[in-house]
Parts: sequence; structure tokens; C-alpha cells
Amino acid sequence: MSGHKINPNKWIDLYSDYLFNYTITRVNDREIAQDLVQETFFAGLKSMKNFKGEASERTWLISILKRKIIDHYRKINSKKGKAEVRMNLNFDGEEEGDWLEQRVADPFDKTAEDRLENTELGLAIHDCIGKLPAKQAEVFKMKTLLGYDTETICNELDITASNLWVIIHRARTSLASCMEKNWF
Amino acid sequence: MSCDEAVNTCDKTQYNEVSLWGKIKHTIHLIYCKACRKYSSNNSKLTKLVKKPEVDCLKKEEKEKIKNNFKKKLESH
Repeated sequence: MSGHKINPNKWIDLYSDYLFNYTITRVNDREIAQDLVQETFFAGLKSMKNFKGEASERTWLISILKRKIIDHYRKINSKKGKAEVRMNLNFDGEEEGDWLEQRVADPFDKTAEDRLENTELGLAIHDCIGKLPAKQAEVFKMKTLLGYDTETICNELDITASNLWVIIHRARTSLASCMEKNWF
Repeated sequence: MSCDEAVNTCDKTQYNEVSLWGKIKHTIHLIYCKACRKYSSNNSKLTKLVKKPEVDCLKKEEKEKIKNNFKKKLESH
């Protein structure tokens, strides 16, 4: 099916938050996550003609992103291996944390189920936010997720405070019912 | 306090932007208003979910940066 249109112009607005959330729960570093998301968009652009339209654009981008994340871990792991050879062994116990392995965040810190649930939560919320009208989504994200104060948002978007609260109220109401359906 | 006001106060409570007196009035309203009680509980559930560290999104500058880089790429594509 070649009739499926793909429109990269809107990718960033539509999917960047979703992809970013997907990445940040897996790599735990804002900078790296941003780079990976950006590379994903680039790669998507490059292989646009391979998009068969079998899945949604987002699913397709996620599948690229997954490869990127795996590649990222491969890369840091090979670097780690090289560094390890040069390390001195130290047995007096005070040097705990010197081993690179000890510095890496422990992936089993939380139980697997916890993590799985929380990873899905972020995506579920972004799913629901994606269903909101653009303006509501923007205001809600700025206010709630990024924690800007009311005044800043009002100045930036040129709306009044009461306007903002109406938008927030609408966004919260639809989000709550969306999450109720999909999450609770 | 009317329901409209109560709902507005409830929204603001989620962002800690309510005075003590406002909170008291809101609580009194909740005692006798079932609908607002429901709204309030749903609302705080949502706040709790969103506050988890796993829910994140790009800052405006960060998004702009990606957008600009992508635009350049798109033009040369």
C-alpha cells in the first residue's frame, strides 16, 4: 500500500514527547534521550520510503527508536569493557564505587513490575494528552509536567489567568476520564 | 461557595495555589456536594499519577532544538 502518506513536518509536534518519555524511562539521562529521539527522527526521514503503512507512524518510529536505544547500550558497554582492563584492583573496601559497574544505576532497584507499570504509565498519559486539543495539551504540559508558573505561561501564550484555569480544567477533566478508561 | 468556584479551587489546589481560607471553604463545600467530591478525588488521583518521575516531557527549548535540527535535515533531504 503506497497510498499511505507520511508527513514528517508534524512529527516533532506529534510524537517527540511520547518518544522522549519512552526513551527517558530506558536511559535515564535527558541529554542522551534527546539525542536518541533526534536520531530517530533523522533515521525515520531517511527510510521514509520503507514505511509500508502497516502500523501507525508512531509505532514505526518507536520501532526505530528501540534499535537506537539498543545500539546506545551496545556502545557504552563496549566502552566500559575497554575501561575495565585498565582499572587497578583495589581490595581495601574504601574504594567502593570505583568499579564502573557500581556506578551504573542499578536496573533492579525497583521490582520489575514497578518499573514496567511506571514505564507504561508515562506512555499512557502521553497517549491521553495526545488526544486533547493542541492548546489544552500545551498548557497542561507546561503547567503540570514542566511546572512553569501561571504568569509565565500567560505571558508566553498571551492568555489571561482565568483563561488558563478554564483550559486546565478542561484538560484535567478529559485526562481524568481518559485515564480512568485506560489505566485504573 | 458554588460548584463552579469549588471546581476552580480544586484545580488550583493541584498546583498549591490556594489560600488557607480557600481550602477551608472548599472542604466545607465537599462535605455536602457529592459531585465535587468525586471530581476532587479524580483530580488528585491524576495529580498523583502525573507527579511520578516516569512521566516526563521535553522542555520548550529542547523541543525547539530538535525541531530546528530536523528542519535543516528536512531541507537537505
